[in-house]
Amino acid sequence: MMFTYYPGCSLHGTAREFGESLQGICKALEVELHELEDWNCCGASSGHALNEKLSIALAARNLIIAERDERDILVPCAACYHRMKVAHKTLQQGFDRTMGEHYSGRNHVVLAMDLFSDRDILARIAERVVKPLKDLRVVCYYGCLTVRPPDLTEVKDHEYPQHMERLMGQLGAEPLPWSYKTDCCGGGLSLSRPETTDRLIRTLYEGALEAGAEAFVVGCPLCQVNIEARQAEIVREMGKGFSLPAFYFTELIGLALAIKGAEGWLKRHMVDPIFLLRSKGLL
Amino acid sequence: MAQKKSQHEHVVVPDNAFAHRVRKKTGENVFQCYQCLKCSTGCPMAHAMDILPHQLIKEVQLGLREEVISSRTIWVCASCLTCSVRCPNKIDIARVMDGLRQMAHARKGRLGDELVPLFHETFLRSIRGRGRVYEIGMLMNYKFKTKQLFRDIGLGWRMFRKGKIRLLPSRVKKTKEIKDLFNKFRGV
Repeated sequence: MMFTYYPGCSLHGTAREFGESLQGICKALEVELHELEDWNCCGASSGHALNEKLSIALAARNLIIAERDERDILVPCAACYHRMKVAHKTLQQGFDRTMGEHYSGRNHVVLAMDLFSDRDILARIAERVVKPLKDLRVVCYYGCLTVRPPDLTEVKDHEYPQHMERLMGQLGAEPLPWSYKTDCCGGGLSLSRPETTDRLIRTLYEGALEAGAEAFVVGCPLCQVNIEARQAEIVREMGKGFSLPAFYFTELIGLALAIKGAEGWLKRHMVDPIFLLRSKGLL
Repeated sequence: MAQKKSQHEHVVVPDNAFAHRVRKKTGENVFQCYQCLKCSTGCPMAHAMDILPHQLIKEVQLGLREEVISSRTIWVCASCLTCSVRCPNKIDIARVMDGLRQMAHARKGRLGDELVPLFHETFLRSIRGRGRVYEIGMLMNYKFKTKQLFRDIGLGWRMFRKGKIRLLPSRVKKTKEIKDLFNKFRGV
């Protein structure tokens, strides 16, 4: 299996552990990644707020470069994925006379979360699990753009998706039912209007506690950073003593496959997950 | 103009010109809305809005351009698409929000929120220069402009210690291509 890999900006910064763990598990599962030549930011989510055409053009430049090769494009970040899918569709419908006029659209844009919850790769993962994540009670958090809008994401059960739960089950973890898996984390607004988005994170935190979870599992860098970075204050306000870490699903695959370097990824979390994992004998 | 102010301060005379402009820009026909309120009841950001999504759509129908364009609602919408997928009459409300934000920003008048559009501008300028977002540089820039340099400083420090803040920016090789896109499509 071979992909053109579009990391996006946050995998070089705040979501480094997502990038590192994704590359680690791809290697172990024989998924070959070729980083997209000279990729640029997809413009999410400020681009489409201010300028429609520019927002398409920024994502489109990447898709047009990727057409030099005949490989599908693997995108880990949900926000990038959404913009790439929108641009992919717009280019095919005819966007601009000077941009993408020869775009064929033969390469698919694939979200990393979808790839790793696909049936074939699940079987491959199941064969290689050496350290099942026994007793790890998690809530799978999809957020918005990994599932919405369904005409772009092709996720049928977009109000109550189950594919991350299937992946977690395969890894031996215990995914818990809960009601907030496709609620919004506030996305980029957490930087400009944190007082309005803290409320959303609080709902997620309370929902996860109510479900009996020890951690979140996510597939989007924005969700992850919002959940982990904003929790400390919320927990303080509520007078509760602990925050819940938010794992990237790739990190948990890495742990279950006992890939070297996992501790390095986990050290980068704003909510330290190491104690929890040690107490379960998983590290 | 839809609003007649002379003797009756609150008389609204419907005028569909604005709705047609919105349709031309976004492809969405707001007249499909029959006010079921599903968008507003499911909206995670409703608590921060001055006009709820179903009210905003109604105001577009009536032609209350100024109310809509200068609302806070269009800026605190998180683009989560919950309303768009739940609308029983298939209006992509999030797309309408995008169109309205773009109109508001283009007209250079008073905006319903200051911080959010300023953030978007700072974000896009960061891309314009390097082709990629340099998170820490962009954030410092934003905090400087909003005179909030010390807000979240503890958080920033913790992120730095966790190696989440890259000190050297990453950039595309062909930055000129990016600048050309900005010039061509008139972005910030």
